[in-house]
Amino acid sequence: MTVLVVVERQPEGPDERSLQAVAFARRLAGGEPLHALAIAESDGLAAVLGEHGVATLHVAEHEAYSAYAPYAIAAAVVQAAERAAASAVVAAGTERGNEVLAHVAARLDVPFAANCLDVGEGDPLPVTRVRWGGSLLEEARVHGSPKLLTVQPHGVAAEPAPAGPAAVERFAPTLSEADLAVHVVERVETTAGGVSLADAKVVVSAGRGAGSPEGFAIIEELAALLGGAVGCSRAVTMAGWRPHTDQVGQTGTKIAPDIYIACGISGATQHMAGCKGAKAILAVNTDPDAPILASADYAVIGDLHEVVPAISAELRKARAG
Amino acid sequence: MRILACVKRVPMTGGRIVLTEDAQAIETRHLGFTISPHEECGVEEAVRLIEAHGGESVALTLGPPEAEEQLRDAMALGIDRAIHLVTDGEEWDPQATAGAILDAIRADEAAHGAFDLVFFGNESADAGNYQVGIRVAQALGRPVATGLKGVAVEDGSARCEQEAPGGRDVYVLPLPAVVTVLEGLNLPRYPSVPAKLRAQRKPLESASPARPGPRLELVRLVVPEGRRKEAVILGHGADAAPAVVEVLQRIGVA
Repeated sequence: MTVLVVVERQPEGPDERSLQAVAFARRLAGGEPLHALAIAESDGLAAVLGEHGVATLHVAEHEAYSAYAPYAIAAAVVQAAERAAASAVVAAGTERGNEVLAHVAARLDVPFAANCLDVGEGDPLPVTRVRWGGSLLEEARVHGSPKLLTVQPHGVAAEPAPAGPAAVERFAPTLSEADLAVHVVERVETTAGGVSLADAKVVVSAGRGAGSPEGFAIIEELAALLGGAVGCSRAVTMAGWRPHTDQVGQTGTKIAPDIYIACGISGATQHMAGCKGAKAILAVNTDPDAPILASADYAVIGDLHEVVPAISAELRKARAG
Repeated sequence: MRILACVKRVPMTGGRIVLTEDAQAIETRHLGFTISPHEECGVEEAVRLIEAHGGESVALTLGPPEAEEQLRDAMALGIDRAIHLVTDGEEWDPQATAGAILDAIRADEAAHGAFDLVFFGNESADAGNYQVGIRVAQALGRPVATGLKGVAVEDGSARCEQEAPGGRDVYVLPLPAVVTVLEGLNLPRYPSVPAKLRAQRKPLESASPARPGPRLELVRLVVPEGRRKEAVILGHGADAAPAVVEVLQRIGVA
């Protein structure tokens, strides 16, 4: 099958999640030459994408691409898919990847399967995709043509498939008035205070068991000692105890620390969808049967109000000694 | 102004997902239901905008007869009236869902005038298809911005903010427009008892559209293997602290 992959880029080169999408697309292409689409610039991309098995890199050039413009990018995807005679278009399941392919799906009035982990063969095309932020999988069949799929970030490994650099084909997509109407007009910089939850090496969090907003003082103390960030459960943000930016979960922040210390958190699927990326989980819970223990590496059975200050004190003692 | 908030009824899954025998759905006999979290913030924002600017807010859902509960919840938060597109409980794929919502919007707008803003969740908590709002916007020929954590209406346009690395990206959409929002946009109010009682008496109209054949066709659901670990119990209460510190040192974070 002829497949077109939409590649997002970071300052240093293609986005890692786009390279994962390329690996997925190669599987779908089954030996057919692989096409990729980049928006606006191609500096260095053709070489890297060539190493990942891309034969042809289409580069859409238009002044509309000086800022992110989802309609205009979707127009380029539709036109590149025509140029490549693609039967499938694949992108990374990032916020923007999903947004752009949904626009493509709306334009072409075809189905779109978001956040796929696996793909089979045939028509309708069998795929496996994630639901509930990864707590559940769906096996589905995609009808229509072209097939539009995004790939669950970090759900598929990027795999180099060394070949020569991709051939670059530049084109200027035809854009309508409506394609130009929606774009980023301004970037407001926010000054980040402390360690960001998404990037922290250590996250210490608590649920309703903290008892009150003031109950988070001991959580903040331990997080500070470990140079980490404070997290919380959805119940805590809904109660107004902590800002939503502290929420770990499917509808909050997805974290990937070296260790996640979850205190008084039962382990609802909503929460676990946000901390699956943790290398290790330490649960502090009064209930030895709490669901979180099934996903935890370590556990302390006890009340967080006793356990957490004791850990902080022990850390201080170890450092002093 | 007129604002529509589209919502989806989803189960509160708790600690572990159990499927029905035919693996076509989640076993929900022992579960409560809620408005999908992103959409609840859309409802709250619609109510706040109408409180500030005046006009009418409407909530809409496509779902089984029981989804009336979520429309009443939305009206308890302050939505004025509701539209229920009643299904027989079978899941609709995103294309079919968007088509039915589009028809309902067109019918309501023919009778009452255009919606200045239509709110969707960025993605539903359960299916997570990331597309219904965009499909509806494209079919209506209206601009859409997605994944928003800020929506402000000023001078006939919507200033929309989306989180981006190191800051926020801003879009300005001329009204009428469609927006898809994320939890964290606001903190939805907790409805009072009188508000819940009032919600029972607010107008609710329903229609029963026919379900087209699915084009993103669910074959079956599968509960993933997951981590399934045997947690090492480091101890009980405060006495466990030395063992915890040892683990933190071994991992290299202490």
